[in-house]
Amino acid sequence: MDLLYTPAHELQRGLAARQISAGELCRAVLARIDKLDEKLRAFITVTPELALSQAGEVDRRIAAGEELPPLAGIPVAVKDVICTRGVRTTCASRILHNFVPPYNATVMEKIMARGMVMVGKTNMDEFAMGSSNENSGYYPASNPWDTQRVPGGSSGGSAVAVAAGMAVLALGSDTGGSIRQPASFCGVVGLKPTYGAVSRYGLVAYASSLDQIGPIAGNVADCALLLSAIAGYDPLDSTSAPGERPDYTKSLNQEIRGLKVGVPREYMGEGIDPGVRGVIDGALKVLASLGAEIEEVSLPHSKYAIPAYYLIATAEASSNLARYDGVSYGYRVEDPGDVVDMYMKSRSRGFGAEVKRRIMLGTFALSAGYYDAYYLKALKVRTLIKQDFDRAFEKYDVLICPTTPSTAFRKGEKVDDPLQMYLSDITTISANLAGIPGISVPAGFSGGLPVGMQIMGRPFGEGDLLRVAHAFEQATGHHKRRPEL
Amino acid sequence: MAKYETVIGLEVHVELKTLTKIFCPSSTTFGGDPNTHVCPVCLGLPGVLPVMNKKVLEYAIRVGLALNCQIAAFSKFDRKNYYYPDLPKNYQISQYDLPIAEHGHLNVELDGVEKRVGITRVHMEEDAGKLVHQGTISTTPYTLVDYNRTGVPLVEIVSDPDLRSPEEARAYLEKLKAIIQYTGVSDCKMEEGSLRCDANISVRPAGSTTLGTKAEIKNMNSFKALQRALHYEVERQIEVLEEGGRVVQETRTWDEAKGVTLSMRSKEHAHDYRYLPDPDLVPMVIDRGWVEEIRSALPELPDQRKDRYVREYGLPEYDAAVITSSKEMADYFERCLSGYANAKSVSNWVMGDLTRLLNAGGMEITRCRIAPDQLAGMLRLLDSGTISGKIAKTVFEEMFETGKDPDSIVKEKGLVQISDQGAIEAAVDQALAANPKVVEDFRAGKEKALGFLVGQVMKVTRGKANPEMVNSIIREKLR
Repeated sequence: MDLLYTPAHELQRGLAARQISAGELCRAVLARIDKLDEKLRAFITVTPELALSQAGEVDRRIAAGEELPPLAGIPVAVKDVICTRGVRTTCASRILHNFVPPYNATVMEKIMARGMVMVGKTNMDEFAMGSSNENSGYYPASNPWDTQRVPGGSSGGSAVAVAAGMAVLALGSDTGGSIRQPASFCGVVGLKPTYGAVSRYGLVAYASSLDQIGPIAGNVADCALLLSAIAGYDPLDSTSAPGERPDYTKSLNQEIRGLKVGVPREYMGEGIDPGVRGVIDGALKVLASLGAEIEEVSLPHSKYAIPAYYLIATAEASSNLARYDGVSYGYRVEDPGDVVDMYMKSRSRGFGAEVKRRIMLGTFALSAGYYDAYYLKALKVRTLIKQDFDRAFEKYDVLICPTTPSTAFRKGEKVDDPLQMYLSDITTISANLAGIPGISVPAGFSGGLPVGMQIMGRPFGEGDLLRVAHAFEQATGHHKRRPEL
Repeated sequence: MAKYETVIGLEVHVELKTLTKIFCPSSTTFGGDPNTHVCPVCLGLPGVLPVMNKKVLEYAIRVGLALNCQIAAFSKFDRKNYYYPDLPKNYQISQYDLPIAEHGHLNVELDGVEKRVGITRVHMEEDAGKLVHQGTISTTPYTLVDYNRTGVPLVEIVSDPDLRSPEEARAYLEKLKAIIQYTGVSDCKMEEGSLRCDANISVRPAGSTTLGTKAEIKNMNSFKALQRALHYEVERQIEVLEEGGRVVQETRTWDEAKGVTLSMRSKEHAHDYRYLPDPDLVPMVIDRGWVEEIRSALPELPDQRKDRYVREYGLPEYDAAVITSSKEMADYFERCLSGYANAKSVSNWVMGDLTRLLNAGGMEITRCRIAPDQLAGMLRLLDSGTISGKIAKTVFEEMFETGKDPDSIVKEKGLVQISDQGAIEAAVDQALAANPKVVEDFRAGKEKALGFLVGQVMKVTRGKANPEMVNSIIREKLR
C-alpha cells in the first residue's frame, strides 16, 4: 500500500486489515519530515520517539485483537499553540522558548485517547497573529507549491505538513482565518468550527471570543473524521457549547440538490484577484450542476469587519498576553534592575514586532477615554455583522465565496505594510466575529497556485459545510493534485 | 461644635469559605506548604480557562441579602488589568459595572445611638497570591511567590461614605463582621486575612456638603489598628489644611510600630485598569426563585437574634446587643441556657467575668475551657445555695484555668457553702467575742460595723459561710 498522501479513512482500513502497521506508517511520515522539513520548515519541534512509541502501542493493541477507535495510528501534526503535556509548546515565540506544559489541552486528551500518533508541533505566526507564518519567532515556513511564497497563517506549518505529506492530518487554530487561509494557499481542506463546538482548554489564547481549534486534512472525509475526534462539550471551558455533537461523517456522500447557496457580493467584488474570481465562478457552476440554487446576497456591514476585528481581537490579546512576564515560566531577562525592569525587558525582547504592535493597539482600545469609542463600539458593530448572517441564513443554507482575495503571495511582499496584511483577511474574518463555521476546500488553480473556496454555514451547521464540500470535491478532484517536492 | 467633619468609607474584603477556589478545583484551605494548593488554572499557565464555582455565587448572594441589598438580575465578571508578581495572569477576574448586589445598608449602634450606614455594592473577585520577602519589600534581595491564595474567592463590600468618626468606622466593621459570620460564609478573621479592610477618609469644614480630597489607608490589621490609624489620619489631614496646604489624593499605609500613616504612591493619576468583560466566562442570569430560596434559608442575623433575646429572654437591649455581637458568643450563651434558664444571670457571667478572663488571656470564646454546660452547672450550684456568689467567682476562675467541672472543683477544694445554722452561730459568736468595740459601734448605729463583723465571720469560716445567713444571725444576736 502506498502510504504517501493516502487518506486517513483508507489508512484506517489498511491498519485494521493489518496490511500496514502503525509503526511503518509513522516511520514513513518521519522519513518524509527528515527529507523535506529543512526546506519547508513546517515544524518547530519534531517528536519521533513519542510518535514511534504511540505507534508501537497501537500496533500492540491491534495484535491483541482489540477494536480500535477511528483514527488510531494516524500521524497528526499539532499547531504549537496547543498545550501538549511534556512536549515543548512555544506558540512560535521566544518568550515561551522553554515552556513545557504540565498538562494537555482537552483536544490532545481526546486525540491521544483515540490512539493518534503525534509527529510534532508545527510552525505558526507568533501567538497566532499573522497571515503568512512570517511572524514566527523562529523561522518562516514555505509554501510547498512554490517555496518562494508564504504558506499563509497563522496555521502555516500545519497546512504545509499536510500538503507536503509530512503528516496525514493536522490541528490548527483560527481566530480571523488562520486555518482556512493557509488551507487555501496550500491546496488542502481546513475547517473552523462554530465558536464553542470545540474546547479551547489548552489552546493558548489570542482572542478568547474568536479562537477555535479545527482540523486540516488532505480531503473532506478526513476533515470530518478529525472534527468528530475533537468536537464536544468540555466542562473545563465555560464557552464550550453544551449538548452532543453529531457524527460529522454522516454528512459525506449526500445530495446537494435544492441546496440554497448565497454568494455575498461584498466578497466577490474589487480586491478579489481576477484569477481567483474565475476559479470560484467555475466552482459555483459545478455546484449548480449538482443541483444547488445559487443567488447573490448582501452582507451590508462587511466593510466594518476588519476594523471591528482588529479592535476586539487585539483588546482581548493585550489582556491574554499580559501573563508573559518572566515571573514563573518562559523567558526572563538576566540581571534585571527591579521587577518593572524585568517585566519591560523580558516582554520587549521576548515578543516579536507584530505581537507588540497588537498588544499596543489593544491596550489603547481599552484605555480610559477610548474604551467607548473603540472597544465598546466594535462589540456593537460585531452584533450588526452577526445579524447580517442571521438574516442571510433565513434564506440560504450556506454562503460561498473565495477563501482569500489572492493566491499565496511572495515572502516579504506584505511584511512591511501591516495594514495590507490585515486587509487580506477580509473574506474570513466575519465568520469569527459571527461565531459561525467555515471550511476552505481546494477549488482549482490560478497561475499554478491553489485557490480555495470558502463555504460558511449556520451556527453548528458543520454538517452542511461538509456535505457541500464533499459533493464538490467528489465532482472535481482538485484535492488529488500534489505539489512537486 | 468641631471645626471639621470627618467622612469615612470602608472597603472590606471577605474570604468565602468554600471548599475550592472560585474558578478551579484547587483547595482553599488556609496554610499549607507554598504552592501546594495550585493547578494550571490558578497558576495562570498558557491556555487555561476559568470555570465558575456556583457556591461562590450562592454565598455572595447570601451576603448581599444579609446586607439588605438588591440582587442583580444579570451580572458578569470583568478583567481588572494590572501587573504585579502575586497576580499570575496580570489581571484579576473581578466585577466592574454589574456587581452581584447593590444599594444595601446595615444598622450600627454607637453610644446608644443607632445609625443606618449605606452599602454601595457587593461584588465577587479572585484573591491574589502572597509575596514572601526576606525582610522588607525595599531591602529584600529576592522575593518568593506563594500562589496558594491565588483564586480564593472574595467578596468586596463597599460602604457609602456615611461614617463620621473612627469609632463609627470600627463599630461598622464589627457589625459587618458579625453579620457575615452569622451567614456562615466566612470566619472573618482579620488575623488570618479572611477579613481585610481599607478605608477612604477625608475631612471637610463642618457644614460643608462637598467632599474633601480623600486618602486611601491600607494595612490596618486589627480593629484597634483601624481606629488608631483613622484617628491619626484625621489629625494629619486637618493639620495639612490648617497650614494652608492641600490634601493629596494618595494611598497611605498604616505603620503600626510608628503609629503613623505613610504615603505609598500617588493616586492623583488613578491606575487605568482597562476593564473588559471577561470573554472566558459567560454572564449570569440570576433566577429570582433561587434568590428567594437563599433568602428563606438565611440563618438568623445579629439584629434579629438580638430582638429575639429581648423578646424571649427578657434581656435588656444592651445585654442582648453585646451577646449577639459575635456569633460564637451568642451560640455559647444559648447552649448555656439549655442547662440553666435564667438568661440574665448567664448574660451577666458571660459579659462580665468570662469576657474579662478571655480578654486577659487574649483568647476567643471558641478556645474557652469552660463548656457551656459547665457554666450552667455552676449557676445551678449557686441557685441551690451550695456555693455563694463570692465562692462562685473562685470556682469560675478555676474552671477557666483547668476546664474541670464545677462540682469537682467545689468538692476538691471543699468550697461547699456553710449553711448550717449551728455552725454559723458558732462562728458569729466567735467573731462577736473577738471584737467588742465594733459590736458597740454597731449598737450605737454604725451600719458599716456590720460589714466588718460579716467579714470577720467569713475569715473564720474561710469565706464559706452563707453571707445572708451570717448577716441575719449577727443582726439577730445584736438586737
